[in-house]
Amino acid sequence: MRLIGFIIVCICGGLLLYGTSEFPDWGDPASPASTHLSNDYIEKAFDQTQVPNLVTAVLADYRGFDTMFETAVVFCAGLACLLLLRDYSRKKERFYRHVPTGVILQVKHPEKKLPVGTEFEYMDKDWVPSDLIIKNVCRILIPFIQIYALYVVAHGDFSPGGGFQGGVIFGSSLILLAISYNLRTLVQRVKEKALGILCALGVLVYVGIGALCMPLGGNFLDYSALTRIIPWDPHHIRAYGMLGVEIGVGIAVMAVMVVIYINIASEGRHDEGL
Amino acid sequence: MSETLALIIGKYNYWLYIILMMIGLYAMIVKNNLIKKLVGMNIFQTAIILFYVSIGYKTHATIPIIKDSGHGDGHGGGHAVIHAADYINPLPHVLMLTAIVVSVATFGVAMALAVRVYQRYQTLEEDEIRMRLTEE
Repeated sequence: MRLIGFIIVCICGGLLLYGTSEFPDWGDPASPASTHLSNDYIEKAFDQTQVPNLVTAVLADYRGFDTMFETAVVFCAGLACLLLLRDYSRKKERFYRHVPTGVILQVKHPEKKLPVGTEFEYMDKDWVPSDLIIKNVCRILIPFIQIYALYVVAHGDFSPGGGFQGGVIFGSSLILLAISYNLRTLVQRVKEKALGILCALGVLVYVGIGALCMPLGGNFLDYSALTRIIPWDPHHIRAYGMLGVEIGVGIAVMAVMVVIYINIASEGRHDEGL
Repeated sequence: MSETLALIIGKYNYWLYIILMMIGLYAMIVKNNLIKKLVGMNIFQTAIILFYVSIGYKTHATIPIIKDSGHGDGHGGGHAVIHAADYINPLPHVLMLTAIVVSVATFGVAMALAVRVYQRYQTLEEDEIRMRLTEE
C-alpha cells in the first residue's frame, strides 16, 4: 500500500511538473491570469465603487453572490458540527468544589443539585487548575484582540482586512478565553443560543442587504439602490453596502468558529474539554 | 542542463506547490490514521491556496489597494490614472480569502466526523475501523 501510494504520487507529481513547463513564469505581468478580467478590475473598480481595497471591492461587490454562498457554506459547516456532535443527555454524577477549603464533592444522584455560588463551584471530572500567569495575560490580551478584530472588519474597505479575517480574529479571541480559563467560562459568557442566533443573523444580514436593494429599485446586491434610504454621501454608497455585508460575514464567521470549537473540544457536551 | 535550471528557477512557485500538494496526497492515500489523513488534506488545500496566490503575483507591483485614493474629498478617482501593471491581481486573493475560511469550516466538519467515529469505534485507525465494521 505504501509503495503503491508512493508510485501514484510520483506519477501524479511528475505529470504536474511536466505540465508546468507550459506555465507562465513566476511574476510575469503578461500571464493569462493577469491579462483579461483582472486589469479591468484594477483600472475600473476604484472609479466604480470608491473602495481602494480592490480585494474587498471584488469580494463584496463584483463577486457578491459567490461570497454570499461562501458565507452560507460556513453557516452550514457550523450547523453540521452542531448536529453531528451536540449531546443533550444529562450526566449522571456531578462534581462540586468547596471554594474556601478546596474539598471536592461528588453528587451521584442525578436530581440533587448543590447551589452554585461563592461557596460551591461547579467543576468537571478532568478539571485542571488553570495557570495564574496564562489566565491574567489572556485576560489582558482578549479585549485588545477583540478591538483589533472590530477594526479589521470596519477598515476592510481601505486597508487589508474584511469580514472573514475580522470574524476569525474575533472568534479566536473567544477560543483563547476557553483555552486559558475553561470551556465552561466561555459557555457561560456566550450562550449557545446566542451563538446559534448569531450564525444565522450573519447570513441574514448579508442576504437582507442584498434583498433590500430589490424593493428600492435595484438588482439583488446592487448597493447603488441603497441611496434611497441613505441619502447622504451617494458617492460612497457602494462602500457602505460592502461594509454592511462584511459585518454580516464577520458575525457569521465568528459565531461558526466558536460553535465548531466548543462542539469539538467538548464532544458536544459543552462542559469539559480543553 | 542550464536550460532546465533556468526553467526550474523561473517557475519555482509551481515546483513548491506541486511538492507540497504531493506530500498532502501521499498522506491522504497512505496514512492509516484518520487525523493524519485530515492533516494531509489540509496540506493539500494549502498547496492549492499557495498556487492561486502565486499566479496572482506580478514583479514590480504592489498589493491591490489603490494608493493616493484621497478618500475624504469624495472624488479621488479622477486625478490619477491607475495602471494595471502597478497592482497585483486581486482575483486570486478574493478566491483564496473565502477558500481559507471555508477550508477551516470544512476541516471542522471533518474533525466532528472523526470525533463521532471515535465515539462509536473507540479508534481512529482505518484498518481497525474496517475490522469492527466486518465484525458487526
